[in-house]
Amino acid sequence: MSQASYPAELLYHPEHDWARISAEDPQLATFGITWYAQDALGEVVFFEAPALGTKLAKDAPYTEVESVKAVSDVVAPMSGEVVEVNEAVTANPGIINEDPYDQGWLVKVRLSDPSERESLLDVAAYMATLAG
Amino acid sequence: MSSTASQLRRTPLFDCHVAAGAKLVDFAGWEMPVQYEGVIAEHLAVRESCGIFDVSHMGQIETSGAGAQGLLQRLLSNDVSKIGPGGAQYSVMCREDGGVLDDLFTYRIDIDRYLTITNASNHTRDLAWWSAQAIELDDVQVSDSIEQWAMLAVQGPLAREIVQAVSDRPLPARMRAESRLLAGAEVLVCGTGYTGEDGVELLCAPEHAPELWDELVRRGATPAGLGARDTLRLEVCFHLYGNDLTVERGPIEAGLGWCCKEDTGFIGADAVHHARMHGTAEQLVAFAVEGPGIARQGNPIVGGGEVTSGTLSPCLHTGIGLAYVPVERAEPGTELEIDVRGKMRRAVVKDKPLYRKDS
Repeated sequence: MSQASYPAELLYHPEHDWARISAEDPQLATFGITWYAQDALGEVVFFEAPALGTKLAKDAPYTEVESVKAVSDVVAPMSGEVVEVNEAVTANPGIINEDPYDQGWLVKVRLSDPSERESLLDVAAYMATLAG
Repeated sequence: MSSTASQLRRTPLFDCHVAAGAKLVDFAGWEMPVQYEGVIAEHLAVRESCGIFDVSHMGQIETSGAGAQGLLQRLLSNDVSKIGPGGAQYSVMCREDGGVLDDLFTYRIDIDRYLTITNASNHTRDLAWWSAQAIELDDVQVSDSIEQWAMLAVQGPLAREIVQAVSDRPLPARMRAESRLLAGAEVLVCGTGYTGEDGVELLCAPEHAPELWDELVRRGATPAGLGARDTLRLEVCFHLYGNDLTVERGPIEAGLGWCCKEDTGFIGADAVHHARMHGTAEQLVAFAVEGPGIARQGNPIVGGGEVTSGTLSPCLHTGIGLAYVPVERAEPGTELEIDVRGKMRRAVVKDKPLYRKDS
């Protein structure tokens, strides 16, 4: 998508990742990268999902996305274990550019410490980091 | 914008790039468009129709006078005496030990006047090297003419047609460089390029560049950035100085022996001759990754060697690149294992170029 957008219902990590915590299950979250991240990278041409069961540590890289020109680490906004990966994005990484928040999600994670959400940014705070 | 951004040099086409929505990056101290709509779309535009690149960051050195040819024959690896008036020639410039200082196109723009195009990152060093070699000579003038020229590359199967439509006379053939009036402005039109496609490179006065750019875009040339320039050249295995060529490497191991004529006595000819006769430990090869993954510059190769350029090929849809490998592993068909940030990726040495028009 060509226009910047940052949904209000997501939590944001300053390294340009988002987390969507499930309404039904506060221990389950979906992670992805923000519009800003995909725009800075350009067309995403390669994404290799982490294996199911991979343990993610908050603030640490857990996978990479690649454009023609560059490789970018993807940082875990929260800690947990990968329970599902987005196979559609592995097959067609350009989805990350087209729809970074819905079709372009990367992994679903069973959170080990749901209280980590307190350290993430709301949309206003995240957008303020982009204004600098 | 930060203070570093404001110190970057801008080409005469800067406003055209901003108007076209370019993403601008620092390239060798210049604020240059890396992409407009997207690297892949721009790459395919050049392969399928026509792209236009601003390459005004590249430098120009003019060598003139009765001694010009003699000086260039010392500086450049190719046989400069073979460039007729209106001719063009590719060569490398070496140190005494054969290390490559730059790779350059030289155009003979008059009987005793030559224009050599330098890489932006090497221009200052090249100019100093040129001047040092000319210091004892009184029949040759060396001048930095970077401020006198803007440079555009118009490339792709429709490039000549688009440029021809604004030209006063037929365009010069491949590897020829002649003056034409394009949209009313005097332009040195060169039948050269860096994409593997037919096309021309245009050198004109900076003040004429924006109008020429706009006119060619109006006629169907797609603005293309340095991102596509890199993927295009890598598919056809053209060297990028700083990646595939450095002072640590000689032309023989880089696969550029074809543009070295040692009997001309150029600086470094003895070292190049030695390398040609006795071989080198490593050789620059083209490779394609088998399966997923994109190898990048600096990735080590298991058993020795390293990747010097790597990208995803928009035409071949796979990871491709250039790498120095031990000579015993340089044969096409040899399997390589590349350490891509801790993941082992299988690749195969391929014939050059990796991409062919008819394939």
